Amino acid sequence: MVEWTDSERSTITAVWDRINVDEMGPETLKRVLIVYPWTKRYFGRFGDISSTAAVLANDKVANHGKVVLKALDKAVENMDDMHSVYAPLSQLHCEKFNVDPVEFRLFADCLTIAVGCKLGKDFPPHVQGTWQKFLSAVVEALSSFYF
Amino acid sequence: MVEWTDFERQTIAGIFGKIDYETVGSAALARCLIVYPWTQRYFGNFGNLYNAAAIKINPLIAKHGVTILHGLDRALKNMDNMKEAYSDLSVLHSEKLHVDPDNFRLFSDCLTITLAAKMGADFNADVQAAFQKFLTVVVAAMQRQYH
Repeated sequence: MVEWTDSERSTITAVWDRINVDEMGPETLKRVLIVYPWTKRYFGRFGDISSTAAVLANDKVANHGKVVLKALDKAVENMDDMHSVYAPLSQLHCEKFNVDPVEFRLFADCLTIAVGCKLGKDFPPHVQGTWQKFLSAVVEALSSFYF
Repeated sequence: MVEWTDFERQTIAGIFGKIDYETVGSAALARCLIVYPWTQRYFGNFGNLYNAAAIKINPLIAKHGVTILHGLDRALKNMDNMKEAYSDLSVLHSEKLHVDPDNFRLFSDCLTITLAAKMGADFNADVQAAFQKFLTVVVAAMQRQYH
């Protein structure tokens, strides 16, 4: 199980508190689709995602971004038990959506960049380190059903 | 060979035209050593790296960060010929410095986040995609002479 210091817990909560899920969720998912275009394969039913402009304007992508980012709430609230909390979502992504677990890391990377853009100077190296540790734990929990 | 669009060439030239090498280079390397602490193994002679605060004020690290960032200048000038442009540096890192090639990717990730934090909303998805593509090609060129 992952060990968290008090300082890491408060850092993660502090970053999460500054994240507006309705804004950053869409932004992150749009980044993923634009920066890693092969990920578009999962969104065949979302309408026009053929160009950057189309992705940026697409409402289904925006709404789905909110759904995905909202699910990080579970992690923030259950840092000591991420595996059980994410077990059903992990199974869903594996068996129903057939999402390659590598994509979880790509989403996490784009989220980190979006957070960096938003927080600027308030995202110094030790905060980045703690945040990335947190996201690695989430990615690992989401990947747990696959292996 | 890698194909570059005009947008990508202009975006990358634009970023490097405005970068403050002193600040960004030192910040990116410090981030690397803090977020991925095992990378400190390469800097045994650099003085005090005991904690994040020490790393951030270490003048040898700051200076080396600038050196590394200037190492990207040759990529800018040889975007259509990076493998040859980086051949000697790749040999140096492999045969003399014994740097694990995965570290090039870690440094580029930290450089990306440093820039995102600095550029804020200007580091949008298209800019991120162009910049990450550029760094991926540099990293591949740097890894090429390893065996």
